[in-house]
Amino acid sequence: MASTSTTPRSFQEIILRLQSYWAAKGCAILQPYDMEVGAGTFHPATTLRSLGTRPWAAAYVQPSRRPTDGRYGENPNRLQHYYQYQVLIKPSPPDLQALYLGSLDAIGIDTSLHDIRFVEDDWESPTLGAWGLGWEVWCDGMEVSQFTYFQQVGGHDCHPVSGELTYGLERLAMYVLGVGHVMDMPFNDPDSPIPLTYGDIFRQTEQEYSRWNFDQADTAMLLQHFVDAEAECDRILTAPQPDKAGRTILMAHPAYDQCIKASHLFNLLDARGVISVTERQAYIGRVRALAKRCADTFVQTEAGGVAA
Amino acid sequence: MPDLLIELFSEEIPARMQFRAREDMKKLVTDGLVTAGLTYASAGAFSTPRRLTLTIEGLTAESPTQREERKGPKADAPDAAIEGFLRATGLTRDQLEVREDKKGATLFATLTRPGRKAPEIIAEVLEATIRTFPWPKSMRWGAGSLRWVRPLHSILCILTDDHGTEIVPLTLDGIATTNTTEGHRFMAPGRFAVTSFDDYAAKLKRAFVVLDSAEREAQIWHDATTQAFAQGLEVVPDAGLLTEVAGLVEHPVVLMGAIGEAFLALPPEVLQTSMREHQKFFSVKNPKTGRIEKFVTVANRETADHGATILAGNQKVLTARLSDAKFFWENDLRTVKSDGLEGMAAGLAQVTFHNKLGKLGSQADRIARIEALAREIAPLVGAAPDLAAEAARIAKADLQSAMVGEFPELQGTMGGYYARAAGLPDAVANACKAHYQPLGPSDDVPTEPVSVAVALADKIDTLTSFWVIDEKPTGSKDPFALRRAALGVVRLVLGNGVRVGLYGAIYSSMVSQLITKRVAGKHELSLKLIRGVADLGFKEAAETLNSTMQAESRKVSSEIVESAIREALPKCEDLLAFLHDRLKVHLRDQGIRHDVIDACLAMPNNDDLTLLVKRAEALSGFVKTDDGTNLLQGFKRANNILTAEEKKDGVEYSYGADPKFAETPEEKTLFTALDKAEATIAPAMKAEDFPAAMGAMAALRAPIDAFFNTVQVNSDNAVIRRNRLNLLSRIRATCTQVADLTKVEG
Repeated sequence: MASTSTTPRSFQEIILRLQSYWAAKGCAILQPYDMEVGAGTFHPATTLRSLGTRPWAAAYVQPSRRPTDGRYGENPNRLQHYYQYQVLIKPSPPDLQALYLGSLDAIGIDTSLHDIRFVEDDWESPTLGAWGLGWEVWCDGMEVSQFTYFQQVGGHDCHPVSGELTYGLERLAMYVLGVGHVMDMPFNDPDSPIPLTYGDIFRQTEQEYSRWNFDQADTAMLLQHFVDAEAECDRILTAPQPDKAGRTILMAHPAYDQCIKASHLFNLLDARGVISVTERQAYIGRVRALAKRCADTFVQTEAGGVAA
Repeated sequence: MPDLLIELFSEEIPARMQFRAREDMKKLVTDGLVTAGLTYASAGAFSTPRRLTLTIEGLTAESPTQREERKGPKADAPDAAIEGFLRATGLTRDQLEVREDKKGATLFATLTRPGRKAPEIIAEVLEATIRTFPWPKSMRWGAGSLRWVRPLHSILCILTDDHGTEIVPLTLDGIATTNTTEGHRFMAPGRFAVTSFDDYAAKLKRAFVVLDSAEREAQIWHDATTQAFAQGLEVVPDAGLLTEVAGLVEHPVVLMGAIGEAFLALPPEVLQTSMREHQKFFSVKNPKTGRIEKFVTVANRETADHGATILAGNQKVLTARLSDAKFFWENDLRTVKSDGLEGMAAGLAQVTFHNKLGKLGSQADRIARIEALAREIAPLVGAAPDLAAEAARIAKADLQSAMVGEFPELQGTMGGYYARAAGLPDAVANACKAHYQPLGPSDDVPTEPVSVAVALADKIDTLTSFWVIDEKPTGSKDPFALRRAALGVVRLVLGNGVRVGLYGAIYSSMVSQLITKRVAGKHELSLKLIRGVADLGFKEAAETLNSTMQAESRKVSSEIVESAIREALPKCEDLLAFLHDRLKVHLRDQGIRHDVIDACLAMPNNDDLTLLVKRAEALSGFVKTDDGTNLLQGFKRANNILTAEEKKDGVEYSYGADPKFAETPEEKTLFTALDKAEATIAPAMKAEDFPAAMGAMAALRAPIDAFFNTVQVNSDNAVIRRNRLNLLSRIRATCTQVADLTKVEG
């Protein structure tokens, strides 16, 4: 099938097309979560909403931070801050593969000229206590997306199962636009009165954050923040019920925010090189413990499937 | 007779699981059908990324009627008993038969189970197969509860005979069986119906699906080699990759592309590994230059531009990958040129070899121990000790290289390149890769002396380290591959005819680790010294050890030496026994009998495996000859009587017999024969010419027989009796120099 779409001209056009495509397929188009996360999966719209029995369909862009991947803006495709496009549908529809292929068509990938392949790649997030089976999707030998059927999140079996799609937007866009270095990629339309490249927007921030992540972040402070986030998460989850007005309100989301914080703080500490191999496992285990407890609480709430 | 066709159509099945899945599907379904009473003529299983297919020909249309007779209570039994029997059989009283039995009139029931139609059985078996399929990993999807490797979309299940085709009805989790399937996802979308396996295979072919993975493999290999040949090139064979790639495509299209000029100088192993691991490309070699210059990728479809877009995309990804590899290669070379391999290895101090090893577990400490051991072993294998020590020091340096960080399977290989770049001698560079060998029972054994020394030291250290912490293989569990390490030691020793007393090496390695464990701080203990102090008192040993250490680390006390040695001794025995077990398996595989091995194991210096095997091979060959029979018979005759008398008397006769008490000519002849035999045996034993020694022993049979036929050992004269028993003892001593013949059967 020849692509029904023209080739997009900019990074933002690819994002906009994905938004329209998934909106047309019935997803709620959400906005990015307002916290630092390592991947789109951490957004509560994925982590928490994949739990419980209530149907769900959401798509969103999520800015993601991986401090160790910073290269001062010099590497053609490595960034400490980048974007993921995330789709989560529960229960996973039987035609999810076809829906996904439709999204490639929407962004101008002509499947009659390209070789699209589903190559085994099982997904596991030790920090979220989550795993699923699926593939990495290859387009002419390049990984353009992750495709996962969630089996477990926060230690809970997923029932029904969510289908999750994750597009690494920069890499995908570079491929579609034929750009060799991420910083050269047009962000808006190159014919705009003020054309902006990805580099115009992010080169300086990549440099600044790379320096801070690798050399400057105050590790003592970060360690303290980690401990604080962990303690606050626990406090939120064990707050006495009901509250002083007699209402019983579980606080899965505020607690989960602290889990997200702890996870990101761990990533920052890791980038600063202060976490040894043996400690690593222990930190990951501590974040996972928080994620599990948040999941335990979420499934006792209305959004988690408990009848109102 | 009907034919059965089943196709389980799903989302993409991981390539690595397809082979097993085909076999499992065939076995589960055919076993199930046979158990239910059906028979079949032949069965074949196939797989593509999206389907598992089973065809069964010549299936019986129904299972046979089965009759079963059951014996019930006596005819005059109480009503309750008879009613119970009726309930159990589902019959009425008048359907029972009364027959005369030993106990009198007895009730019998004949149960008839009618045969069942094939579709009913197939549906049952198929459902059970799907629900219990042994996927290595399976999943649920959507809101259902069915498990499969990936979402299962349709089940084709038809029975075909002369009258036509029928769908075998079954509904599983909302999926109803059909007679339809799909072709290629992109090249022939849409479903179609089939009537038989032949029709199915033909229609799939038209729909751009090659059903048989063997056919896909053959096609890929044919197209790849043809394209390469046309340009004077060769595809590097890679059977594993071929199978994997055939499991990733339904319609293979082979495309060949060039590797950028900038990357051709990378070591071929790097190109090959990067292309295979990341991109699943085959390497294409230029036989004239020996370089890898092109790649072959296998796409899953044809395109209007004959794959130009696909090839360009793949080339681009490869360029990015190889840029990384080149960056690692150049970075590593820079490190090596400025700091040497030892500089590269510096970081190993922070790397843990294994957590459980605790403070003995850092790679750097381990390397120091291997170096010491390699230095000690070197002279025994004809290597220069300094070279062996140097090789041991740098053999694992590449674990810290960027390249091995990215491609762990290149460990050793990269070390070799980097060692040459650092100007180290070939013997040292070669040891980087060879010291890991042999990796399995079929892997080559290194033969270069330096490599042999380091390989032995590496494996012995691995074994002693884990024995020190009591982490030994149990049953099928061997997480640290210690059996492989032990077999490696055995094969290294035997393959190179190394003469080394392993006990000494094991002992010094263990005691050194056990002392290190007990003494805080950094220190190096000479293995030679540890071996040297073994016979000293603990106090003197401690003093001697301390005298080699720097003042601030002189902390070895006599108590420490004592407790380390006490802990080491049983562990050394145990590890030696473990090595002997591996040796036994190795020798049994070569057809040497277990009793022959045991007879040789019972001899002194059994930690010298080369000597041990020399004995075993000689004895194994010898017992099959007439001389061998003579030796055993002669020896056993003498030994049986001697043993019995020794037991009776409660003494051991080993005082030496005196020929002057010999009474009969046969007795005198035996003395002379023994003298003569020993004159031959002694030099033969010295030369380790065991067949010659045993030949001389065998010659004793005739005089021994003559002696027993004419001489009464238990003479009334106590002096003469004692002398004769001592003579037998001399026979025993003479004949057990090669092996303990009491352990040989026959």
